[in-house]
Amino acid sequence: MSDGISTRGVRTITYREALREALREAMTRDPRVFLMGEDVGRYGGTYAVSKGLLEEFGPERIRDTPLSELAFVGAGIGAALGGMRPIVEVMTVNFSLLALDQIVNTAALLRHMSGGQFSVPLVIRMATGAGRQLAAQHSHSLEGWYAHIPGIKVLTPATVDDARGMLWPALQDPDPVILFEHAQLYNMEGELSDSVTADIEHAFVRRPGTQLSLITYGGCLGKTLDAAQQLAAQGIDAEVIDLRVLRPLDAETILASVRKTHRAVVIDEGWRSGSLAAEVMARITEQAFYDLDAPPARVCSEEVPMPYPKHLEDAALPQVARIVTAARSVLGR
Amino acid sequence: MIEFKLPSLGSDMDQGKLLEWKVKPGDTVKRGDVVAVVDTSKAAVDVEIWQEGTVQELIVAPGATVPVGTVLATLLAPGESMDFGTTQAVSATISSVAAPALVARRRISPAARKRAEELAIDVDTVTGTGPDDAVTLQDVEQAAAAQAQPQDRQAEMRKAIAAAMSRSKREIPHYYLAQTIPLEGATAWLRDENSRRPVTGRLLMAVLFLKAVALACCRFPEMNGVFRDGRFEASGAVHAGVAISLRQGGLIAPAIHDVSSKSLEELMRDLTDLVQRVRAGSLRSSEMSDPTITVTNLGDQGADTVFGVIYPPQVALVGFGCVRDQPWAEQGMLRALPVVNVSLAADHRVSDGHRGALFLAEIRELLQYPEKL
Repeated sequence: MSDGISTRGVRTITYREALREALREAMTRDPRVFLMGEDVGRYGGTYAVSKGLLEEFGPERIRDTPLSELAFVGAGIGAALGGMRPIVEVMTVNFSLLALDQIVNTAALLRHMSGGQFSVPLVIRMATGAGRQLAAQHSHSLEGWYAHIPGIKVLTPATVDDARGMLWPALQDPDPVILFEHAQLYNMEGELSDSVTADIEHAFVRRPGTQLSLITYGGCLGKTLDAAQQLAAQGIDAEVIDLRVLRPLDAETILASVRKTHRAVVIDEGWRSGSLAAEVMARITEQAFYDLDAPPARVCSEEVPMPYPKHLEDAALPQVARIVTAARSVLGR
Repeated sequence: MIEFKLPSLGSDMDQGKLLEWKVKPGDTVKRGDVVAVVDTSKAAVDVEIWQEGTVQELIVAPGATVPVGTVLATLLAPGESMDFGTTQAVSATISSVAAPALVARRRISPAARKRAEELAIDVDTVTGTGPDDAVTLQDVEQAAAAQAQPQDRQAEMRKAIAAAMSRSKREIPHYYLAQTIPLEGATAWLRDENSRRPVTGRLLMAVLFLKAVALACCRFPEMNGVFRDGRFEASGAVHAGVAISLRQGGLIAPAIHDVSSKSLEELMRDLTDLVQRVRAGSLRSSEMSDPTITVTNLGDQGADTVFGVIYPPQVALVGFGCVRDQPWAEQGMLRALPVVNVSLAADHRVSDGHRGALFLAEIRELLQYPEKL
């Protein structure tokens, strides 16, 4: 799974295009792969990720579904059990709540419930996150919830390389994998590497540093890197860890960083209580307590339904200034 | 609430390192009690407090280096009630039964505590700079580094002397006068006096010099005091700073208090005590901070004449060279007499040469009648 994926040279590309290339590659490399979901075919995907794929691969493999998340996720599980390699697109994490029973009770548990007779090699893609004034019901960041469930793998590509590289190894995994695509990232441009890593096991150090560890994932990675740059201008050398994989958590990379820097700030768009950030903090205090030089801190979303007005939504979400403030405070500044 | 601040123990002192607390929360203190030991760049000094009260909280931990003026501890004035947050006020009747010190647990980061253990550093002596003033890894490592490289005392002292003397030469327009004083009478009187005293009670010529200078100061107040903020403040009492050189190099000039009103015996005792304590490093803060004039005495091994540099903010320094026999012409006769060259370095902003000369003449006169000193 650590093989690189050739991308035909270094190019500037959007996150959306990188996802599309990954889909195209998967469809081309493995005839068992097909894409299924609301509006993925004729409409080209709600976020235009699958635009043009219907024309390229035909309606058998790019399938529009009825508006029933429970039904089409269940169908995806059935197809996976039947030997296919389905990619199910659930439009957003907000609607995935309708499919929770299929994901949690069936997909995640079938291997266990069948005594190891069946596995579910299903990939579910969904958009997540707030920041576009879509109000309380359409702005959830529930990745942490899914990361709670044994039996599934949770990936959060935050760069064009990961958008390009994570799908193929996810499809090779014999168990269900959920890919969370932060909705704010689709238009993000980035330089695609010549050969992207197919790693879906490790957190990556996105910026090496010595004085504190900023640990984040998904939609907050960009904000965190910006914060690290501001901190550098203030003479504070921050390391930025991109978790990439929320389940199973790569504790070793987190702990190695904290053991080096002795300070940690976790940045997570989820709500604070019971968040993934809480889990990361717990791992740090459990396993690196004697290396800590300050209490770990968190920058999470405010614990309110996501407000609609722009200024309130901005205030509710982790922002660069809050990350900088938290980082300075753990340094006693 | 009384704030006990780090006093300036000399004009060349900007900061001090708290070495030790002599009191703990709940202790009652009175004027003149030694409450802490502070290391200036020159010496470890017993710092006295000038107010009465009950120690409430020790704010600065031993080992910390803090600027002059930093609040080291808080005290409750007599009658003021204890306020330890949620704790009930301790009534006056039981406060004497050593109220337990309710000090919040110090914040020490886990990493700092572990490192301190490895380095055998007492974390209680380390000042915290982390969040909520917690002791951090860096604080411990700096403390360890400071311990590993003991402060170069001599270099520090040299720096302190350099600062004070540079300031003196920069700010004080010195003028110098000198006079040779015959000491035939004083020497004879001293020899006679000492022959009747036990060895431990014998007087030194230096004590006569001190007393003579102090008495002269009473008649020439412009020599005795400090020049501060553009004006001279004369001092009622004469606290003579006695320049004492240290064996390891450098010198220090702590005060003997109220010299003019003390007997020669008392002065001798004070001088002996002071020299011993200077060498043992246990000076008191008032001795360091309040001399009103300096007397330097080069002693038997010294040179003939001192050209002194005034120790700011004082305005005069009287220097005695070594006492030696010299040809002395008097009443048409030439004979050998013990004499001493006494010099005055004085601040021209405060006094003039004419008064300076009279001041030296007064010292000369006083030394002719040692029995009256």
